[in-house]
Parts: sequence; structure tokens; C-alpha cells
Amino acid sequence: MAFLDKKSKRALSDPLSANNPITLQVLGICSALAVTVKMDTAVVMTLAVIAVLSISNTLISLLRNLIPGKVRIIVQLSVIASLVIITDQVLQAYMYDISKQLSVFVGLIITNCIVMGRAEAFAMQNPPGKSFLDGLGNALGYGGILIVVSFFREILGSGTLYGFQIIPESAYAAGYENMGLMVLSPGAFIILGLIVWVHRITADIEEE
Amino acid sequence: MVEHYISLATKAMFVENILLAYFLGMCSFLAISKKIDTSIGLGFAVVFVLTITSPANWAIHNYFLQDGALAWAGFPDVDLSFLNFIVFIAVIAAMVQLVEMILDKFSPTLYYNLGIFLPLIAVNCSILGGSLFLVEREYTLLESTVFGFGSGMGWFLAIVSMASIRHRLRYSNVPAKLRGLGITMLLTGLLSMAFMAFSGIDL
Repeated sequence: MAFLDKKSKRALSDPLSANNPITLQVLGICSALAVTVKMDTAVVMTLAVIAVLSISNTLISLLRNLIPGKVRIIVQLSVIASLVIITDQVLQAYMYDISKQLSVFVGLIITNCIVMGRAEAFAMQNPPGKSFLDGLGNALGYGGILIVVSFFREILGSGTLYGFQIIPESAYAAGYENMGLMVLSPGAFIILGLIVWVHRITADIEEE
Repeated sequence: MVEHYISLATKAMFVENILLAYFLGMCSFLAISKKIDTSIGLGFAVVFVLTITSPANWAIHNYFLQDGALAWAGFPDVDLSFLNFIVFIAVIAAMVQLVEMILDKFSPTLYYNLGIFLPLIAVNCSILGGSLFLVEREYTLLESTVFGFGSGMGWFLAIVSMASIRHRLRYSNVPAKLRGLGITMLLTGLLSMAFMAFSGIDL
């Protein structure tokens, strides 16, 4: 990517692994796990978060010199809430079934700490281009974890991937059974805990 | 009639625990559950704010935003329900502010104890989640209040038990890379499994 200087590249690539929003910054776990039972909802949720986070970062960065310090939280919240409303309306218009399955969780992107967190920590200090990349990178890092979690939950819990049967019928005939726990909420916690563990081993990071 | 509300509250508290079954309020749960007394403070603040914002948002949804809700003002065809998100979050922020001022005036001790946690609550997903659930499930006013209170209590129970577990955990030898977030997620999974054992209980 020659057209990006080093700092912009870092803004985009850091959150993918080295500074992943979920496993390291511990942001945005709320509203994330509930949509990971199946891959299709996780993918749509990822797209929604990418749209909201990159646009909100850009907008807030554009406004950063106009926002008075004391009311910045309210301004950030209203920018984010408006973007979430637009996303929700688009989903309802074009993907009604999935939007029904996501139910309240699209709305909860507003209180997803990751969006506010990036607005506050990055977009308020950086120019729009970099903020856009930072938003995009964080949303991708976040979505990556969602998709990995949903991959394991769907294949272990339902034997399918993106709705297609993966575990062959013969395996069921031979006595294989789906793991009911994965479809329920404890499955998400445990899978995410394990992912965090593996990620910290590979990235060699320790908490105090 | 009373049984209906008791069963709704227990359901919100145990079976469909807002944190352990719907994953709402995870961020503050993970950040605050390191210490028992702070988690009790935050837990109470959540119960308090959820019990107040649920009926408030119910009223706003039913009298202003719902499809046809503005009939009393002479606009029967107006559907403002797309404004739900932004209005709810504003109501929550305003309520938190109001609660803060009232507490400051009338109960300085409680205010002092909840102090720093109240502002944090405005962006706690469990509060907004509670309001969005009551719209989706079409609760009545009383049901919404009971549901808000039950969800708050459920959140309180979850965070206090997690804080106690983490307190005990200090004396155990957790693998280095699993410390912090990793082990907390695994424990939350176990806690969530324990709470699932309540499902099927019907009062």
C-alpha cells in the first residue's frame, strides 16, 4: 500500500491484531456476542459496525475543532445514534429477515464502547483520513473476532457454516451429535475466552 | 395477576439474565468486577437507573414515538419509531443526570457511594438494551417497570458474584496468558451455565 504513509498504515493494521479492540482493549464486547450463533448474523453485524464506526470517526474528526470540550460526549453520541438509525433503517429495508434476527442489537451499537472509545481516543485528535482508517481497522478487528466466534459456534453447535451443512449426515448416523452448549450463551463466553487465550499466547501479551 | 409480575421479575433476574444470556453491559462488567465494593456500588446504580428509565422510555415510546401514538395531538398518521434509539439514549442520559442531582440533594451518602459510577451508566448497554427489549416485547407500563427492576437485579447478582470469584482467584495460579480477560470470560461462561439451570422454573 504505497499510497499510505507509515502512520496511516499503522492506524489501519494495528487494531487487526496487535491492538485488537476486543481481545486487548476489551471494548465492545457488549452486543457483540449475542449475534454470533450463526455466521450470517455475525457478518451483517460486522458490516453494520464497519459502516457506523468508520463514518462516525470521519465525521467526528471533521467536527473535532468545532466541538466544545464540555459537550463533546453528547455531540459524539448524537452523531453515532444518527448513523445507527440510518444503518438500522437500511437493514430493515433491504435485509428484513436478518434485521429481525439481530433485533435490538443493531440499536445497541450506539452504546458499544468501541465506537465512543475510538471517537474519544482517536478521532478527536487526528485528521479525517487517518480517523477513517482507524475506524475501519478497529471495526475489522472487531468483526474478525465476531466471525471467528460465530464460525466455531455455528459449526460445533449446528454443524453448518453460513447455513450450509458441513458435518455430513453419515457422521450423525455414526452417533455424532451437535454441541447444544454452543448455541446457548455460555458457548460464546467460553469460545471468546479461549480465543483471547490463544491470541495472547501468539501475540505474547500478558496482563498484570 | 401478582404471580405474572413475580414470574416476569424472576425470569428477567435469573433465566434471561441481561448480562449472562444477552451479553449486555459486558464492558463495565469486565472493567469493574475486579473489586467487590465497587461492583456493589455499580450494581445498585444499574438497578436504580434501569428501574427509572424503563417506565420513562415506555411512556415516551407509547405516547410520542409509536406508530399512531401522536393521535392525541392530532397526527394519527405519524410514525416516529425510527427515532427510538436517539430519544432513548437522550432520556437515559438525562435521567442519569437527574438521579445524580436528586441524590446529591437528598441522600449525600448514597450519592457519595454511587458517585463516579452514575455517569458511566449512561453508556452501559444494559440500560439501553432494557428499553429496546420492552419495546420489542410490547410490555405494559407495569411490566416494563418490573422487567427493568428484574434485569437490574440480575445484572447486580452477576457482577457481585463475578467480583467475589475474581477475589478468590487472586490466590490461585492461573496460566500467565490466561490472566485478566481470558479467565474472566471462561468464568462468565461457567456462571452463565449456572444461571441457565434456572430455566424451566415457572412460578
